Amino acid sequence: MPDTQMLKELPRTLRLDVLDVTAKWGGHVSSCFSAVEILTAIYFGGILRYRPAEPDWSQRDRFILSKGHAAPLFYAVLARAGYAPLAELQKFRQLSGGLHGHPIAGTFPGVEMTSGSLGQGLSFGLGAILAGRLSGFDYRVYVLLGDGECEEGQIWEAAMAAAHWQADRLIAIVDHNKYQQTGPISREMSLAPFAGKWRAFGWQAAEVDGHDVAAVVAGLQGLIAWQDSHRAPAVLIAHTVKGKGVSFIERDYTFHGRSLSPEQDAAARKEIRCN
Amino acid sequence: MQLGARAGLKPADQLRKAAGQAMLEVARRYPNVVILDGDLGNSTGAHAVKDVFPERFFNVGIAEANMVGIAAGLAASGYIPIVTSLASFLFNNAYDQIRLSVALAGLNVKFVGSHAGISTGREGPSSMSLEDFALAGSLAPFVVVAPCDPTSMRQAMHAAVAHVGPVYVRSSREAFPHVYTPEDCRFAIGVANKLREGHDVTLIACGLLVPVALDAAVILAEEGIQARVLDMHTVKPLDREAIAAAARETGAIVTAEEQFITGGMGVNIARIVVETCPAPMRLIGIRDRYPGSGSPAELLEAHGMTPDHVAAAAREAIKAKPQPTRPMSLNNLGAVS
Repeated sequence: MPDTQMLKELPRTLRLDVLDVTAKWGGHVSSCFSAVEILTAIYFGGILRYRPAEPDWSQRDRFILSKGHAAPLFYAVLARAGYAPLAELQKFRQLSGGLHGHPIAGTFPGVEMTSGSLGQGLSFGLGAILAGRLSGFDYRVYVLLGDGECEEGQIWEAAMAAAHWQADRLIAIVDHNKYQQTGPISREMSLAPFAGKWRAFGWQAAEVDGHDVAAVVAGLQGLIAWQDSHRAPAVLIAHTVKGKGVSFIERDYTFHGRSLSPEQDAAARKEIRCN
Repeated sequence: MQLGARAGLKPADQLRKAAGQAMLEVARRYPNVVILDGDLGNSTGAHAVKDVFPERFFNVGIAEANMVGIAAGLAASGYIPIVTSLASFLFNNAYDQIRLSVALAGLNVKFVGSHAGISTGREGPSSMSLEDFALAGSLAPFVVVAPCDPTSMRQAMHAAVAHVGPVYVRSSREAFPHVYTPEDCRFAIGVANKLREGHDVTLIACGLLVPVALDAAVILAEEGIQARVLDMHTVKPLDREAIAAAARETGAIVTAEEQFITGGMGVNIARIVVETCPAPMRLIGIRDRYPGSGSPAELLEAHGMTPDHVAAAAREAIKAKPQPTRPMSLNNLGAVS
């Protein structure tokens, strides 16, 4: 059973990690903050089957970070999960370090897919599902999508194909933080009806509070249980807040990709520690 | 006149049939080869595999971006996907996916692009592929091959699958004549095949333009010009040694390809020539306008890609060779402003 005290503490630690990782050369802080509890649930809530000492273990569950700009959080999660020493995180966005600005497969243990151009992770995940079938393995594939990313047509090509091939070990999680780079999604390019779109494509869809680790774990467990008796892919729409955890970053879309000033960084740390 | 007839080449089936048979051969040999089809398996030849290994054949539908992403996911788990479609749809539709999900990740995915060049003919330029050398060639880890006949297509497919890393194999709807027999064909990635020896000029071609170049060499030989002919089946990486030797030993080069000149094989050969042994060159290919809808034979004529055009380009290149230097007369000094 997951350690509940750890699950409570970890989001705070990961948010501070993200600030550490991005302090020197920047990164998409607010896009990381919205996904903190989702990744905590997947990696530390007993969902993902993995062996940090054996990253290429053939029967591991695959976690695919399709929204590659959450790289700082992803590296921190992988380090905290035991894939790499925490000191590695200091090499983010440095030429000599190998921690690319967006994840490149093969350059950091636990990174399954190269990402950084949006829309590609669900297809990759479906390919991993087909590979598992051909190999007779029972691993699951979890793909984390951004909500703005779902404006990409390739997402819906993959959604159609996953339902057609009854990909009942594929689970997508959408970090639905309601913002894209230049503004609110509802204003820039509405996804509504979002869950309805997935259902219309033949997916089972559930919605949860994406900042409640226990709710995300329960939501994923519910979809896994559902897939035991249904042959279809499933999506967990995690309602989140962009920039969650720091009041002056929350819902301010101009922080997308913008670095914090030293004063903002200090204020953010203070608020995260006090939460 | 039939392509390759002057050179005595025997006619053959459409190249795509050989590609389909070649895919079946590698699927038999490698249990981890899987075929992805963009709903064109009866056009590309890929259906040859579907009939024998249905469990390793996936029709992804008309969704090239998704197809390439799925291929990446399969390759990351140890399978060798062969992604098939018309060359034009693959590289123009799914370039971002090919670049990010495959090339940047260095994944072991093979691409077979059919109906390349002008071979879609009367279907018109929308489905022609005249940019694929430039597009595939710009992807750092890619190998790009353009076989010129059924035998080399089969060997190219085996070489592509044996190679670890992304490979693009260019196929065609056209019937390419037999250039090789199985006994005399030696296909190795990056090693050009010398099909004819000569010391006055070198004709370097790939794909359909190989039989064109062989015909041109016959025309030139009737005039006493001995042309070397190279089958540059690997467009990337180019055979640097064979190119430098051609420049050094024959002093003039003509390149010929079924592709826009810009970003194609010829300009990359020119790069190697200027780096190694500068020599006059002429480049045959399509120049800055989209072809019309016509038969392939008409299109080769309209875009200056026939044996006569290649022979004329060879004469020009030979004429442009530097003349033996003579002592400069005083009158000439300062005459150039």
